Amino acid sequence: MNAVAPTADQRPEVPPLAAETPILEMRGISQIFPGVKALDGVSIKLYPGQVTALIGENGAGKSTLVKILTGIYRPNEGEILIDGVPTTFSSAQAAIDAGVTAIHQETVLFDELSVAENIFLGHAPRTRFGTIDWRQINSGAKALMLQLESEIDPTIRLRDLSIAQRHLVAIARALSVEARIVIMDEPTAALSRKEIDDLFRIVEGLKRQGKAILFISHKFDEVYEIAENFVVFRDGRAVGHGRLKETPQDEIVRLMVGRDVKDVFPKVEVKIGAPVLRVENYCHPTEFRDISFELRRGEILGLYGLIGAGRSELCQSLFGMTRPSSGRLVLDGTPLDLRFSGDAIRAGIVYVPEERGRHGLALPMPIFQNMSLPSLGKTSRAGFLKAANELSLARKYAERLDLRAAALSVPVGTLSGGNQQKVVIGKWLATQPKVIILDEPTKGIDIGSKAAVHAFISELAAEGLSIIMVSSELPEILGMSDRVMVMREGLAAGMFERDALSAEALVRAATGNQ
Amino acid sequence: MNRLLKNREILLTVIIAIMIAGFSTRAQGFAAPGNLANIFNDTSILIILALGQMTVILTKSIDLSVAANLAFTGMAVAMTNAAYPGLPLALLIVMAIGIGAFLGAINGYLVWALRIPPIVVTLGTLTIYRGMAFVLSGGGWVNAHQMGATFLNVPRLPVLGLPILSWIALLIVLGAWFVLTRLPFGRAAYASGGNPTAAVYAGIDIGWTKFIAFVVSGALAGLSGYLWVSRYAVAYVDIAAGFELDTVAACVIGGISIAGGIGSVAGAVLGALFLGVIKNALPVIGISPFAQMAISGIVIVLAVVFNARAERKAGRIILRDRGAKEVSA
Repeated sequence: MNAVAPTADQRPEVPPLAAETPILEMRGISQIFPGVKALDGVSIKLYPGQVTALIGENGAGKSTLVKILTGIYRPNEGEILIDGVPTTFSSAQAAIDAGVTAIHQETVLFDELSVAENIFLGHAPRTRFGTIDWRQINSGAKALMLQLESEIDPTIRLRDLSIAQRHLVAIARALSVEARIVIMDEPTAALSRKEIDDLFRIVEGLKRQGKAILFISHKFDEVYEIAENFVVFRDGRAVGHGRLKETPQDEIVRLMVGRDVKDVFPKVEVKIGAPVLRVENYCHPTEFRDISFELRRGEILGLYGLIGAGRSELCQSLFGMTRPSSGRLVLDGTPLDLRFSGDAIRAGIVYVPEERGRHGLALPMPIFQNMSLPSLGKTSRAGFLKAANELSLARKYAERLDLRAAALSVPVGTLSGGNQQKVVIGKWLATQPKVIILDEPTKGIDIGSKAAVHAFISELAAEGLSIIMVSSELPEILGMSDRVMVMREGLAAGMFERDALSAEALVRAATGNQ
Repeated sequence: MNRLLKNREILLTVIIAIMIAGFSTRAQGFAAPGNLANIFNDTSILIILALGQMTVILTKSIDLSVAANLAFTGMAVAMTNAAYPGLPLALLIVMAIGIGAFLGAINGYLVWALRIPPIVVTLGTLTIYRGMAFVLSGGGWVNAHQMGATFLNVPRLPVLGLPILSWIALLIVLGAWFVLTRLPFGRAAYASGGNPTAAVYAGIDIGWTKFIAFVVSGALAGLSGYLWVSRYAVAYVDIAAGFELDTVAACVIGGISIAGGIGSVAGAVLGALFLGVIKNALPVIGISPFAQMAISGIVIVLAVVFNARAERKAGRIILRDRGAKEVSA
């Protein structure tokens, strides 16, 4: 219970902001998954009393790093030193014991338990008889909350709290385990400006207690406000680090995005034709409002924004998965009323979801049946399935996509990730759509495969398909798009023509930072 | 050999053959063709119900109300036959299938429109349908002498050496195979269970697919209602009590994944036959009915363990290399 007393782990001999020995150091950390090197020789240092901002696009390896630090993944290479002593985290508990704790974007807490129970779950103080000491739990929780300048009653149930208050509980929980290293994974994503100010006051408090904080955020204004140091990740590598005071924002954007975007993504010039899809004042009760745009033949429209900006929700609505509360959708001059996804597919709009493994394929089913699934209307005759037609359809797209499989009748689950990907794409192309919506088409795949996917997208556009490409990766958006629509908090925050595209402009529109 | 053992249908066939051979060393004539035909005939109703159950399970649902549906429908047709002996049998059979399908449609509607979990829906309707059977009959029995001769005898008539009941089961097996492998509905059922999200993205209406699956299961339960009362020549409230669990067990033993999306008609049929052989053999070699239940139970648990292992291997995609090592080990 000494956790309640903040002095217990304070080190008065180390003055804040001037400490030179890191509490935690990671040296040459690599994490390899089959087909992807998620982290490649990353080294970072966290100092007591200082906030280090971890900056990078989605897929840069930030979450992987957090998972290593919290003991969920074990790195393939490299070492972690705590107070200069090499340590391995054999389990999540080992990381907690070492003083590392993480506060996640979506708080991992229990709605039906009280604030105090949430804080002390797993390490509740016991009475002499081994039963839970409720008095101490509640008073301890109260003390922790007071330390965070919050007067939340510890006996109240969590589901009655606001998101910001839940964050406080999550932070209190982190403090209750005597953490010295606090990881905050996009803690402000769901908070209002005032709540963010409160949060930052708490972070300042943590700094004064000598804790080392790793602060992950997309938002530059926040990063400059709260952090002393920064590390920029790109494609699994730490591409830059230093003091924020001495580094202008442009420099960080440049590090994030990488050098010349145009070299990495050779844009194939495609003649853009007449408008195909028109979206007029599309609204959703909770996710987005007043979205209007036009999509032309052969055009790639990039859709950029931070996570939670409503991009996927918009796309799912264009695909008939959710009904808009108002607005019109016109395809080739015909207004569409999509009641479910089948209507969209028949009309010629398809959606390739972000999590292709989870959303794209029925793994126990054979390759050809997965491929033909949205096209059964075309391959069947008089209401009966025709395996021969399905196979020839599958063969056609397997050849085109260079799919490697022993036979088209083996279950998709037996294929490698890259080949599964091809099945998903083939299955949508087989429907011969007019508009194809790609949600994060290269998320979680390595650079080599990315290039292949990009070449393929360009090829589709050249064939006259209209493409909406949702992506959180700036280089991809900048390199591939003919136009870019930026969304922020459910609203359209800007439409940029190709010649007006710049990383800075997009990031500004997406973050609302002037 | 390893490959052979991995195929559930072949494995089950081999096990059933070994069991029959083993039992025939203890009981003379167990493996005689006539006795095997008897076992098949005995298992016919379980096969029919298991195929309905399988259709539902494929869509990631479960139908616990089949036996109650059977009891209600059986009671209804038996009472109709007793009250109006003049009605043609074909009409009664259509009526049985119709009532069964209607009761199945109630399940399906609740699952589809109200999005209540299937296990809860059918646990509820199980009690309701059984209760309806009681209300309908006032707790009374319909005995053999109240039923017409055609009503009782048609399923027993031998055609080409097999009773009509067996032929009906064979017909249903063929029908189920056709529906599940040759009709878009079958594909939709496999896809909705295999990956519901992917199915939705592919334009499949999972709710509708589940609804149809419940209607199919209900219709087969209704048909079985007639077959049951005619075979046992009696209808009362408690007929086939607990039989829904046998249908689920047959599916599980046959390799139909409770998680949906995996399984074959042959598997379900073999699973039902497996239970049929055990039920027929154990009394012959003098094992008490209580031990029989325990043995059936052990077999079911073993089958579930087996399924779980098989599925884990199939599902290992990300850590491909490690998975491959384990398979070879």
